[in-house]
Amino acid sequence: MLHPITTLHYLVLSAALLLIGTAGVLARRNIVIILMSIELILNAVNINLIAFSRYFHSVNGQIFAIFVITVAVAEAAVGLGILIALFRNKETVQADEIELLKW
Amino acid sequence: MLTDTLLFYFFAAVTLGGGILTVTRKSAVHSAIALIASLLGVAGLFLLQQAEFLFAVQIVLYVGGVMVLFLFVIMLVNLDQAARERQFNKQWWLALACVLAVGAEVMYFLKKGAAAFRLAPSPAAATPGGPGNTQAIADVLFSEYLLPFEVASLLLLVAVVGSVIMAKKRI
Repeated sequence: MLHPITTLHYLVLSAALLLIGTAGVLARRNIVIILMSIELILNAVNINLIAFSRYFHSVNGQIFAIFVITVAVAEAAVGLGILIALFRNKETVQADEIELLKW
Repeated sequence: MLTDTLLFYFFAAVTLGGGILTVTRKSAVHSAIALIASLLGVAGLFLLQQAEFLFAVQIVLYVGGVMVLFLFVIMLVNLDQAARERQFNKQWWLALACVLAVGAEVMYFLKKGAAAFRLAPSPAAATPGGPGNTQAIADVLFSEYLLPFEVASLLLLVAVVGSVIMAKKRI
């Protein structure tokens, strides 16, 4: 009745998670939640890498997932630092109210 | 085999449900809690794919590190005002339409290429006494990927110094 899980299942799941994250980045106003959505996107990429690592019986995909996690952590730290500096200066966390560079 | 299938669907439901709640909740704290659930679901998927080292890294680093950082910032920055305002952009319908279009495209191509992923991954018989997952990763990471590994340490140093400089009032 239930099919065995193949790589394709993981790819579909990863694509769905990526799209949820993209929707969050594009549609939300709160910068904190935009940063969280970016974490969702990077996790979708990791699921993909691990699925292919298993499929090809190669450990290289897991190495790349480690590098993706490293970059995600650095991005979160810098992004939250920027957010704190921004909140101190502008008193807002809404992405569409920060329009200094907007024409 | 049946257990694997059921576990996959369980973790997939946790991951996607947590993701949807993260994107749609009003309060940032609720979003963070939902994101923790989603990240734990991803960790479970790593375990199902026999990536034990990444399972541990995911829990320690993401749930233990990054999410605590997020929660600290949520407490530090006053979000009460933001929670009472409009939550979505004016162009949210356009964003949703674009995402759905890309989703339809990706699913179409995955369906067309499904034949390439027909065979279920044969469980790589973990030879008892052979190198485990962590050892296999370390062997490759410290030989073939040594330079990227060192560059990653430099990246982390720059990120730490940069975030401290930006978050400090006066240096």
